[in-house]
Amino acid sequence: MTSLSAKDKNTVKAFWAKVAGKEEQIGCDAVSRMLTVYPQTKTYFSHWKDLSPGSAPVKKHGATVMAAVTDAVSKIDDLTGALLSLSELHAFTLRVDPANFKVLAHNLLVVLATVFPNDFTPEVHVAMDKFLAAVARALSEKYR
Amino acid sequence: MVKWTELERSTVKAIWEKVDIDEIGPQIWARVLIVYPWTERYFGSFGDLFTITAILKNDKVAAHGKVVLKALDKAVNNMDNMKRTYADLSQLHFQKLEVDPDSFRLLADCITITIACKLKSALSPQSQAIWQKFLYAVVDAMSSQYR
Repeated sequence: MTSLSAKDKNTVKAFWAKVAGKEEQIGCDAVSRMLTVYPQTKTYFSHWKDLSPGSAPVKKHGATVMAAVTDAVSKIDDLTGALLSLSELHAFTLRVDPANFKVLAHNLLVVLATVFPNDFTPEVHVAMDKFLAAVARALSEKYR
Repeated sequence: MVKWTELERSTVKAIWEKVDIDEIGPQIWARVLIVYPWTERYFGSFGDLFTITAILKNDKVAAHGKVVLKALDKAVNNMDNMKRTYADLSQLHFQKLEVDPDSFRLLADCITITIACKLKSALSPQSQAIWQKFLYAVVDAMSSQYR
């Protein structure tokens, strides 16, 4: 897979600026959709009391994920460095199969399409898809 | 054979009713070529696909989007018979067009995202789950003759 061009990075930063203020809503919706559309992902959250769309643990986790993505956008020139400790967490403690990063990414893209139907153009879509794939790669760094 | 509940059938039909093939078809096809540029390998005869602007303006891209959505309409109306409905198309894509069936998955995801732009929050998580179950059944049917 190719790395992010300067154009990709600028597109991602410009689009992500629009997300400001909507992180909670978007994060909650993305995690809700992931659990609903890909029920196999529920296996990682059996410790939650309530896995239904919009529940408290779902909302909280959505916010956590979005904060990490926002941070990654601000450190887009060194994603491996930026995501080092998160990679260790996912690799050694959470042991999430990295295939699931793609699943969450897809659902995040769907939510972005619903919230920003006019801004989520094909150009923004491809830049965001590449960016989330790069985030997934950085998150997978410490796995083996 | 995939089993469909009444809720799933009505959800798929309700989503499909909101899709204007002439409007959405071209958008979906442009999105596939822009987001997954390697799919351009199958469209050497389409002319200029070198820039995003060219793809968005290309008449053959737009026309092909409509062709594909018209074929999807067959699936909506034959949910219990998808493998048989798509047997010939699957053969065609395998033997003659030599399309990697992974492309069908990429197309399915672009269809979902384009429809998400159109329906916005009306595409609830539950509707998305049902819609994706439907699309993956289509992908399966389209892959069925690859052997």
